[in-house]
Amino acid sequence: MEMFIQTLVAGILIGGVYALIGLGMTLIMGVMRIINLAHGQLMMVAMYITFVLYEFLGLDPYYSLLIAPPALFLLGVAIEKYLLDPLLKIDSIIPQNQILMTVGIGMVLTETIRFIFHSDYKSVKTSYSSSTFMIGPISWNVPMLMAFALAVLITAGLFFFLLKTDTGKSVRATAQNKDAAMIMGINAEWITQLTYGLGAAMAAAGGTLLLPIYYLFPDVGGPFTLKSFIITVLGGMGSTVGAIFGGLVLGVAESLGATYISMALKDAVGMVIFVLVLVFLPGGLKTLTRV
Amino acid sequence: MKKRSTLIALGLLALFVVFPLVERSDYYRHIFIIALMWVVIGSSWNLLAGYTGQISFGHAIFFGVGAYSAGICTTKLGISAWWGMLLGGPMAMLSGLFLGWICFRLRGSYFNLATLAIAEVFRLVAIYWRNFTEGMQGILIITSFRSKLPYYFLALGLAALCVFSISRIMKSKWGFYFIAIREDQEAAEALGISSFRYKSLSLMVSSFFTGLAGAFYMNYMGFIDPEVVFSLYFISIMAILVAMIGGAGTIWGPAVGAFVMVLLQELFRSSFFGYAPKWVSDAHALAFGLLVILAIRYMANGVVGDFPRILNLLTRKKPMVSGAGGN
Repeated sequence: MEMFIQTLVAGILIGGVYALIGLGMTLIMGVMRIINLAHGQLMMVAMYITFVLYEFLGLDPYYSLLIAPPALFLLGVAIEKYLLDPLLKIDSIIPQNQILMTVGIGMVLTETIRFIFHSDYKSVKTSYSSSTFMIGPISWNVPMLMAFALAVLITAGLFFFLLKTDTGKSVRATAQNKDAAMIMGINAEWITQLTYGLGAAMAAAGGTLLLPIYYLFPDVGGPFTLKSFIITVLGGMGSTVGAIFGGLVLGVAESLGATYISMALKDAVGMVIFVLVLVFLPGGLKTLTRV
Repeated sequence: MKKRSTLIALGLLALFVVFPLVERSDYYRHIFIIALMWVVIGSSWNLLAGYTGQISFGHAIFFGVGAYSAGICTTKLGISAWWGMLLGGPMAMLSGLFLGWICFRLRGSYFNLATLAIAEVFRLVAIYWRNFTEGMQGILIITSFRSKLPYYFLALGLAALCVFSISRIMKSKWGFYFIAIREDQEAAEALGISSFRYKSLSLMVSSFFTGLAGAFYMNYMGFIDPEVVFSLYFISIMAILVAMIGGAGTIWGPAVGAFVMVLLQELFRSSFFGYAPKWVSDAHALAFGLLVILAIRYMANGVVGDFPRILNLLTRKKPMVSGAGGN
């Protein structure tokens, strides 16, 4: 029983960070109707920025939250503006060329980082990296807890932005109906760029939070791209609330899989859930609540 | 017109038959064998995506299943891996039916995602089901011939068979149904075309040939492991690239694309045959990625599809058409 609760706790904590990363992809999915297959790779770039800041300036990873996500926001806006948006005007037999483009972007990001930093494993060892404390029989990992708390905070901030500010409302309007939004005088082009930037920044925040816990290497992005689209599908495409539950479900499922099935098959658990959801619940968790 | 294209095809085939007899270097023969293998994979992907409109991110499934069918013939059944050339196609077709059963209920991005995810499941299964697939250790067999010639002619035969069958299919009733589904699935359904059945047929042909290519790869290279044959980037994405660079939705596009891609890759991998500095070969994967971006941005319909436009650019005339037709 203790082991079960411990597993659950670990799953929910990591799930909070997954939700943050998945939210970024869900936002992009909602507005642009594409899956961003460079998502994990953008996260990886942010992790390297944080790593460099820590290694050369001695900056604590948590302070990098003020630097890496804004940097990735700019990168995201530039990518959308110069690489993804122009594709809408090109006549092509293959309709999904924006998705293919994100694949190319992801490859270029990974390989550029590999070219600069090589494939070695890096890690950020802070004083609190492996500290834990106990509440009853359950042990709590400090950086995990910090990551979860900050992820919740950032998620709350995002919801405030989407629900209460004019720009946020424009984002939601564009996601609901792009043409109608444009008729209402919303600059859909800018909103799309903003959304892609925001999505990249969310992934960056998630990556920065994970850095004190994870090893860092150029290929770390790929699995996170897969995780975030599992979350997006699990939550129901484009549903932000769904993405949060999707992230938590994925975290818990992986954690349970690692404890009770096999550590090595942790990643397969996510894929199996993904396929099951596609077959039995194609609309995702969203369809269960009717909100 | 019809006679002329047949003549060109036969002429090309003759050139390819003569090539290895003139060029005796194993290195160039090897590059051509790999390129011919990619003609098969690219053309198969093109049948499903370029003609039927279902963009698969999971063709590594069929390649991997084909390769493993051949490998497992030797490791588990103790018979020659050449039996895999018989078994690989049908096995890949079965996995294609499974993929279709799950994925054809989805459209657009959902379909892309689902194929990608299922390909990952296959890769993970191949890694962790050690008793059956030998896991990350991979499968090593002893290749039958030391000379490249038999492999060359086999690859040439496969490529010719594949391109010929697909061009025949596209001239038949099936072909018109495929294109109807690509252009407008609802309209096709309204005309009484069962989209599920014809998408499945397209996928079956596509997976069959990709499986054959996989089985050939096992026999030719003598070694496979899950990270090679189920690779997202170097099989699934490469298949997309081959077709896109050459021209999706054309018969000859993937064939041209296969040669362009394989030669380019080899140029970078060998640092332009040793003429460029060493770091160029370290960056070959980066160049691959940049090529994806440039190709999608500036050559959305590939060498064959955008041929009139490229010709205009070269002769410095004003472009007459922007992109090939279709919408």
